[in-house]
Amino acid sequence: MKLDPAIRDQVLATVPSLRAFAISLCGNIDRADDLVQETLLRALAHIDSFQPGTNMPAWLFTILRNLFRSEYRKRRREVEDADGRYAETLKSHPEQTGRVEFSEFRAALAKLPSDQREALILVGASGFSYEDAAAICGCAVGTIKSRVNRARTRLADLLAIDSVDDFGPDRATRAVLAGGGRS
Amino acid sequence: MGKPVAQRRSEVRLGREVQARIGQQLRAMYDDVVSQGVPQHIADLVGRLSEQDDGAA
Repeated sequence: MKLDPAIRDQVLATVPSLRAFAISLCGNIDRADDLVQETLLRALAHIDSFQPGTNMPAWLFTILRNLFRSEYRKRRREVEDADGRYAETLKSHPEQTGRVEFSEFRAALAKLPSDQREALILVGASGFSYEDAAAICGCAVGTIKSRVNRARTRLADLLAIDSVDDFGPDRATRAVLAGGGRS
Repeated sequence: MGKPVAQRRSEVRLGREVQARIGQQLRAMYDDVVSQGVPQHIADLVGRLSEQDDGAA
């Protein structure tokens, strides 16, 4: 039995954001691509358990997260690479964000506990609702909300130290916000 | 308590500013990967798996 092309297209359409999520979990592009491949193998082997019309991204993200939790997390610390290969895969954003700023941000993100980081990514970057994020992580909606809030507060703490001078390109605006008077 | 109202207000606004920047950075980082699309080896894998007979029939 061949896969319904419409389902196949839904799977393919989810792959780019699935990779982005995988990289944010693994911090390593090679491992992330392995994880995505394993996820797709498993998903397509069990495609009958996907109900057409339901949320394909949430279904695939759930599988990927469970795989990561069960297999990858144990091995993660040995080869964690927050800045090396990952950085190489990223194009620069000369207008949006400075290189230095970007890598500081990733370093701060890497310091978050993994449950907070994944909640923040799912809601703040992948664009899932709190409800979908809770389903993906297998926890209550309130738990996701509190993890996202703690993640944001912690990131702000980690980054706010230098925020007035360094966080972002618009130094003048920030100086005004901070009360001005610096010269 | 203790801090002048103006200072507290500017701290709140700075907090919001920082949160907005965090959101931007998060999406920029994520979208950077998303914009890479589907790598060829993954497209090939999905193509292969979706053409495969599952042996059930």
